[in-house]
Amino acid sequence: MKDRIIEIISKYNGDSTRLMDILHDIQAHAGYIDEATIALLADKLTLSAAQIKETVSFYHFYSDKPLAKVNIYLNDSVTANMNGRKDVLKAFEDACGIKIGRVTTDGNIGLFSTSCIGMNDQEPAAIINDRVFTRLTPYRTKQIINGLKQGQHVKELVVEGCGDGNNALPIIDAMVYNNIRRKGALLSHDYPLFTVIKDILPKTSSEEITDIITESNIRGRGGAGFPTGLKWKFGSRAKGEHRFIICNADEGEPGTFKDRVLLTEYPEMVFEGMVAAGYAVGADIGLLYLRYEYKYLLVYLNGILENMRKNNFLGQSIAGIGDFDFDIRIQLGAGAYICGEESALIESLEGKRGEPRDKPPFPVEKGYLNLPTVVNNVETLATVVKIIKNGAAWYNQLGNKDSVGTKLLSISGDCRFPGIYEVEWGLKISDILAMCGANEVQAIQVGGPSGTLLGEKDFDRELSYSDLPTGGSMIVFNKNRDLLSEVVLNFMNFFIEESCGTCSTCRNMPYVLRGKLLKVINGRGVKTDIEDMVNWANLLKVSRCGLGQTAANPIVSSIRNFRHLYDALVQKEIEYDSGFSLETSVLESCKAVRRQPLFHHNA
Amino acid sequence: MTNKIKIKIDGKEIITDQGKTIVEAAHENGIFIPTLCNFAGALPKGCCRMCTIKINNRFMTSCTTPAAHGMEVENNTNEINDFRKGIIELLFVSGNHFCPSCEKSGNCELQALAYRYQMMVPRFPYDFPMKSVDGSSPYIIKDQNRCILCKRCIKTIKDDQGRHYFAFKERGHKLEVLLDDKMGKEISSALAKKAMENCPVGSIIFKEVGFEVPIGQRKYDHKPIGSEIEN
Repeated sequence: MKDRIIEIISKYNGDSTRLMDILHDIQAHAGYIDEATIALLADKLTLSAAQIKETVSFYHFYSDKPLAKVNIYLNDSVTANMNGRKDVLKAFEDACGIKIGRVTTDGNIGLFSTSCIGMNDQEPAAIINDRVFTRLTPYRTKQIINGLKQGQHVKELVVEGCGDGNNALPIIDAMVYNNIRRKGALLSHDYPLFTVIKDILPKTSSEEITDIITESNIRGRGGAGFPTGLKWKFGSRAKGEHRFIICNADEGEPGTFKDRVLLTEYPEMVFEGMVAAGYAVGADIGLLYLRYEYKYLLVYLNGILENMRKNNFLGQSIAGIGDFDFDIRIQLGAGAYICGEESALIESLEGKRGEPRDKPPFPVEKGYLNLPTVVNNVETLATVVKIIKNGAAWYNQLGNKDSVGTKLLSISGDCRFPGIYEVEWGLKISDILAMCGANEVQAIQVGGPSGTLLGEKDFDRELSYSDLPTGGSMIVFNKNRDLLSEVVLNFMNFFIEESCGTCSTCRNMPYVLRGKLLKVINGRGVKTDIEDMVNWANLLKVSRCGLGQTAANPIVSSIRNFRHLYDALVQKEIEYDSGFSLETSVLESCKAVRRQPLFHHNA
Repeated sequence: MTNKIKIKIDGKEIITDQGKTIVEAAHENGIFIPTLCNFAGALPKGCCRMCTIKINNRFMTSCTTPAAHGMEVENNTNEINDFRKGIIELLFVSGNHFCPSCEKSGNCELQALAYRYQMMVPRFPYDFPMKSVDGSSPYIIKDQNRCILCKRCIKTIKDDQGRHYFAFKERGHKLEVLLDDKMGKEISSALAKKAMENCPVGSIIFKEVGFEVPIGQRKYDHKPIGSEIEN
């Protein structure tokens, strides 16, 4: 065991910035990361054991306690719950004889909850030993557990066959479906792969490439919407002995799954976009940060990189351009939504906790290893390739005045056709709802939990950076949904679970607000509780990063647009309620001692 | 020679050196900006958000933002002061801070800031979380009840090879600062004392000596925090 750990450490040259990979390898080998291993790692990397634990304990998929032989991570996204997760969970718990968060006494099966895994179009879904199981039902759940108990391998439990497209390739072999419903400028198959690398880069200067991107007016497709051309310009001007292009494939905003589909069906274009960005910025190293939940794509993606190397689309003097050396490495994440924030992603790439950095300095100046780093979204990079091929003018025809081009929407929830829709910016919400076959719509969550919850009066608003910006997550809720207890509460739980905890505000305020929300949901709220939530949420504005600043959005936007739901729940006859119930508080102990106290106020 | 630059804080023009952070520039010029996680000599990390200021209608932390010529900073405004008070209250309700029984009372920056910002009763409900106390080190008691997770001990208490004695564990609402088991047992008495001094609250307590300076004669017992800066 010890020798194997030392081998793993030397595989990464004892480099503590590769701690993520080291921990992945150790966990794959030993099943978990125990105290002795942590002590050994600390010794070899000249860190304290506490520092190693700092990283291990940050990520959802690392464990310092023994896991089971088969570990089931059941998705807890809002859409999973809308599609019967509760019954599936109960079936898992009954069949395994354990509660969620536990491992069976024989150590064979572990059952855990996890944040959105990017399968909102085919929920309820679970990751079982790195294999994704979609569209689970209690019936299938029982079958799966029975199979496991009979000693079947996880792979043998799949009876659904493979999904469509490349999901069926033996190298991916996933039951995941792409669900591409609408193709546009980006997804249409009219681009001969690697044309940009082969034919255009050798004839075009790096400044000219950046100019095309600037003139195309494309903005970052992850959600923040920073102009891509400007980012590249800043990156190319910053000084450093290396420059880096990072592709952010840590798609974690609940409800988005577009990057999953791009990486399954269009990975060459994503990588080609990284090469083009590398050429424009003068970078020599590319890193794609892949969220752990998409690990099933890792071998496939590495195979594509290998092919690109064979064809000189990566490596030295790419496409015969004398001084252009560029290669790409894929870094696997370990389960942390916050790592989708670009500076947190960089920290994670350096083997640390994914805590966002203070800005300035921005990553374009001081990013990965404190060197100039351009971080772009998967969709941005894939799009860039077509813009370079077809020109900025071509791209400017798409979309509306304020927001140019197309956007991939990940639509899920109460609609007949969940999936990926490529639309031009400027589309109305009502058109989106009609397009995906949504009826009796009560609300739509635009931009995931950090976005905004819209009701009917806003359905004529248009998608655009100035009015309704979005990374593409669209979750539809019909009139039968209880928005507060099914949606808003789920989103608040998500933000509490995924906060890095560094800022005093984001560590504590969502927790305080959830307490208020529960008070209202449980019928103990009063009118001032609603006002308190709105006022208190303001404090999150001074948080460091986007997660912190938007962590109250589920509550604030639902109060703004669905105030009547809150009003209906609060008590009208009283102005104050402490929310404290003596009876409820002593319920557990009453059960334990098997007697009921006589409460004075009841006497 | 360093470059001199001018910035304005709440309309008052001050002169400072290029490269200084806003909080450094302010304090040198007798203007108080409250801080908790900031610590002279250690890299700033904007954890507590107490030093939040507003520039161009954007909230920034003054401990991490370099002063730039012509900058106009909002500091002592009702909006910002209410945020600061809110942060103090949030820190109080999220831990178990019982000042009268705490060895750090009177020397505690959180307590002093609460007085300065006139916190009476926090607007938020108390959480009364279950927290642990680690007394396994011969010189240190690490009391999680009082920890405000400012990272000062993490950043400043290291051995000669740069290894950290203290580190974060978990994330979000479960976040804690742990003392390394092995290093905590080997820590020198001098470094342990330094750890206690660097802690803004009473989360790191040096064993053996207690209440050496009586309550009533401590740092913030007579003058509010910040008065050493203000002119």
